Amino acid sequence: MQALSELIQQAEADIAAADDLAALDAVRVAFLGRNGALTVRMKGLGKLSAEERPAAGQAINAAKGKISGLLDARRNALQDAALAAKLADDAIDVTLAGRGTGRGSRHPVSRAMARIDRIFRDAGFGVRSGPEIEDDYHNFTALNIPENHPARAMHDTFYFAGGNLLRTHTSPVQIRSMVEEGVPIRIIAPGRVYRCDSDQTHTPMFHQVEGLVVDRGISFANLKAVLHQFVESYFERDAELRFRASYFPFTEPSAEVDVLWSAGKWLEILGCGMVHPNVLENLGIDSREYTGYAFGMGVERLAMLRYGVDDLRTFFDNDLRFLRQFS
Amino acid sequence: MKFAVSWLREWVDTPLSADELAHRMTMAGLEVDGIEPDGDRLEGVVVAEVIEVRRHPNADRLSVCRVSAGDGDAVDVVCGAPNVVTGMKSPLAVPGSILPNGFELERSEIRGVESNGMLCSAMELALGTDADGIMELPADAPVGVSLAEYLGLPDVVINIDITPNRGDCFCVLGVARDVAALTQKPLKGPEMHIVPATIDAVHPVERPEPEACPRFAHRVVRNIDPKARSPLWMTERLRKSGLRAIHPVVDVTNYVMLELGQPLHAYDLNRLNGPVRPRYAKAGEKVTLLDEREVALNEDTVIITDDSGPIGIAGIMGGLSTAVSDETTDVFFEAAFWPQEVMAGRARSYAMHTDASARFERGVDPAGQARAVERAVELLLDITGGASGPLVDDYDEELLPDRAAITLTAARLRNVLGADIPAHTVTDILTALGLEEEERSDDWSVIPPSYRFDIAIEDDLVEEVARIYGYDRIPETTATANMPLGPVTETFVDLDQVADALVARDYQEVITYSFVDERADQRVSGAASELVLSNPISSEMSVMRSSLWVGMLNVAASNVARQQERVRIFEIGKTYHGSRDEPVEIVRVGGLVLGLAAPEQWASDARAVDFYDLKADVQVLLDMAGRPDGCDFTATEHPALQPGQAARIMHEGTLLGLVGKLHPSVAKSFDIKCDAFVFELDAEKAFAAEIPLAKTISKFPVIRRDIAVIVDDEVTGAQLARVARSAEPTLIEQVRIFDVYRGAGIEAGRKSVALGLILQETSRTLTDEDADAVVATAVQKIKQEFNADLRE
Repeated sequence: MQALSELIQQAEADIAAADDLAALDAVRVAFLGRNGALTVRMKGLGKLSAEERPAAGQAINAAKGKISGLLDARRNALQDAALAAKLADDAIDVTLAGRGTGRGSRHPVSRAMARIDRIFRDAGFGVRSGPEIEDDYHNFTALNIPENHPARAMHDTFYFAGGNLLRTHTSPVQIRSMVEEGVPIRIIAPGRVYRCDSDQTHTPMFHQVEGLVVDRGISFANLKAVLHQFVESYFERDAELRFRASYFPFTEPSAEVDVLWSAGKWLEILGCGMVHPNVLENLGIDSREYTGYAFGMGVERLAMLRYGVDDLRTFFDNDLRFLRQFS
Repeated sequence: MKFAVSWLREWVDTPLSADELAHRMTMAGLEVDGIEPDGDRLEGVVVAEVIEVRRHPNADRLSVCRVSAGDGDAVDVVCGAPNVVTGMKSPLAVPGSILPNGFELERSEIRGVESNGMLCSAMELALGTDADGIMELPADAPVGVSLAEYLGLPDVVINIDITPNRGDCFCVLGVARDVAALTQKPLKGPEMHIVPATIDAVHPVERPEPEACPRFAHRVVRNIDPKARSPLWMTERLRKSGLRAIHPVVDVTNYVMLELGQPLHAYDLNRLNGPVRPRYAKAGEKVTLLDEREVALNEDTVIITDDSGPIGIAGIMGGLSTAVSDETTDVFFEAAFWPQEVMAGRARSYAMHTDASARFERGVDPAGQARAVERAVELLLDITGGASGPLVDDYDEELLPDRAAITLTAARLRNVLGADIPAHTVTDILTALGLEEEERSDDWSVIPPSYRFDIAIEDDLVEEVARIYGYDRIPETTATANMPLGPVTETFVDLDQVADALVARDYQEVITYSFVDERADQRVSGAASELVLSNPISSEMSVMRSSLWVGMLNVAASNVARQQERVRIFEIGKTYHGSRDEPVEIVRVGGLVLGLAAPEQWASDARAVDFYDLKADVQVLLDMAGRPDGCDFTATEHPALQPGQAARIMHEGTLLGLVGKLHPSVAKSFDIKCDAFVFELDAEKAFAAEIPLAKTISKFPVIRRDIAVIVDDEVTGAQLARVARSAEPTLIEQVRIFDVYRGAGIEAGRKSVALGLILQETSRTLTDEDADAVVATAVQKIKQEFNADLRE
């Protein structure tokens, strides 16, 4: 009869040689099955004396344990290998494109406008809108631009028969909002405006954001602060601003604001001023008690600066290749 | 307003450079639009005299000129100018000099004749636009002297944009006043002499309508030398201001206007017929102006007349019949004050814009007429000689603008500006601006000068102080604000979110013009809009759009032309309806898709986009507004949409929008050759949101039962689902249509529709018996309603 150690050696060799689960099972049967070598040995224990039996039994059990351990390990190894092989078959080219649609894009002007909106909204400004087909009163007269005022010539207005017009600025929303809500007021009014002008640097339609704050104790110093903070917030960097005297009939004092751009170049970005007392008084607001500031900025200009667009007309060409850059 | 810096310096002494001056002016509201060096590239150009002119032996159009440039021998210069004559003086560019246009002169041979330089035109020296001949210099120009030295060059020309409120700065004097105030320097100016009258001549003037003409100053000059020429210093200043020398009389009126801001007019005295009478025009009157244009006059226009009728439009342009000419020997100068309200808009109503009208519309100093006439007479007599009659300064004091005293308080100044400006600084600024002031304890009482039309109220003074003090010296102070929380609505979907949802579904946002082609708009909307612009930029932008589709169709077509074969775009903007007098603006969200449903991809079959792709996108938008009971899509007809593939989107009887396939003939009219699908939603209605109200979720399992019914083609899925659900609305959670089949096995005109009924109870588990009963009822109802067969 073979020594147990030889049996174990035999088992080790057979297990190692088994290269699939079926072969491995045959090995198990050969050693641990009902008629397996070790099972037979176990059965033969009865023939031994009572003194020999415990030690011999122990030895056989140890051998069984050892072989079954080896079988388990081999089985796991074979299963792992089989899974790995199966997964290897499932490998795909991860560089190929995904299925379905992609993502579109916001128009850069809308994107800039949403940004401006957000900045002022976060600072407690309400957002208002007004009609684009306006009457003469709201677009001009109420803004201290009476009929035949030379400032009207600056506005290149689109008219309809009967006297209505396309608003030339978002400023009429100042009037409408103050009439509706009274003061104090703290709003912006974004929207489309129209001027009868079309060349390389003018489109007949463009976007403005109007701002208006009227309250007790509002000063030009407040206006300077809010616009400086706005520009720094919008461009996400420190900015140097220049307020220079200018003229708008509905503000006094009036200013145009330039921002220092590259290479010492000042770029005009908005107009502003303290709300003209005539505008307030026309609406029945006591201009001794209330003061306010107003500003108006061109969204296209701000979008051009922010996103490096060098031709205003590109915005209204709507070339999808251009727009796709703003997803 | 363009002027030479050297001219400004005559009026105010300042050590500031031209660039620094320009900066200070810009900051104070005189926006410098241009600052250009003038005559800065004239090295090698000298004053030369033409001694002799010979025909070029080999070229008909050229001459060979013997030219003396002072030093050494005269040289030969080949010249092509038609105006070259013996004895004239002209600029000579010597060999080696570089002309302003970059041309480097060399000694050269032209058609076999040696040329030692070039006689130059004003254009070639960048000293004007005249290129017709060589520049003619005055006879007393010193030969051999460098041209730059002779002309007092280089100089700098500043061009400022005059805002409508600052008519007073439409002259060198006005700009100098501001510069003097800004730099705290005195205003000086040239010496002016009032020339005493040497003859009695006065031309009669009548002012029948003094409100229209409150002041009219005039003076007669006789016996001027018609051959005299304006002096170089004057023509140079005019040139730098963009005006050409024409005739001493005209040059003088232009010069005085640029210098003092008062437009003048000069008449040939001998061509006047009887008294000069400014008055309103009468219906039917006409006048031929200096530019030889005949103008029919409006009754709101003040004109100048004499016994012959109209001889000019007040403050805009003089007439041809009384114009000065080369033969004029006797001149009638006039300077009037035309009130702003008399001038406003008049030039524009004749499609005119003149130097005079620009000034009168903004306001001309009502105290400056006599001074201007005196200055013109002085200058003219210097040039042409002659004898002048006495000045007549005819006016109605009470009709001239009244400058009332205004009080500026320190408190208002501080409140409006948010800055503390020392009282003595305020006083200095007001004084420097010529604002006669009286300083009191804590305020200033100020009378604005006659030339300031823009100072009427206290805040106007605040601005004056601020702009001279410097806006940059006003601090930045963040305002404290009462910020009560405002309403934040959940009953309307923010359109930014709608845009984001579309972007997430692969749409690109476009922005198109609100005005479109009239016919295109009508083609798409089916009706003619009343909202037609009176003065459109072009016929393609003449009517306010009544649909977003026109703009998007144009965008789609232009992008297809740029080889973009898949287009998915949206726009959020207004459409315009109603009448011209009562327009209605509606915010809409519109979209357009064409081309492949998804980008070409290796593992998916390429498939053209269809109605149901677009409907899913629209459904996502509609779902943003909640509406647990959903919206109804009902078949409709629309001029822009293909019949049978067009739907109205309804909710509780309200039309939310439209979706459908673009009608092929409409597509063709926009040059779109493939199928395109469009939608448009009325934002206010489609995005009026319902706030979700939570219901208890059943913890019992659902049962699904599928049935297939054969119905006529006309029966819609919505109808089947509705009827099926009505069998047991509380138990049927949902009806899903999961297959629609036409073809083999189904008779023509009918279709098989497979419905999945999802059943659930909130209080117990449904049994098969329950389900069977519900399905049986549903089938029964469908059979009854639609003549349906159950498909086994």
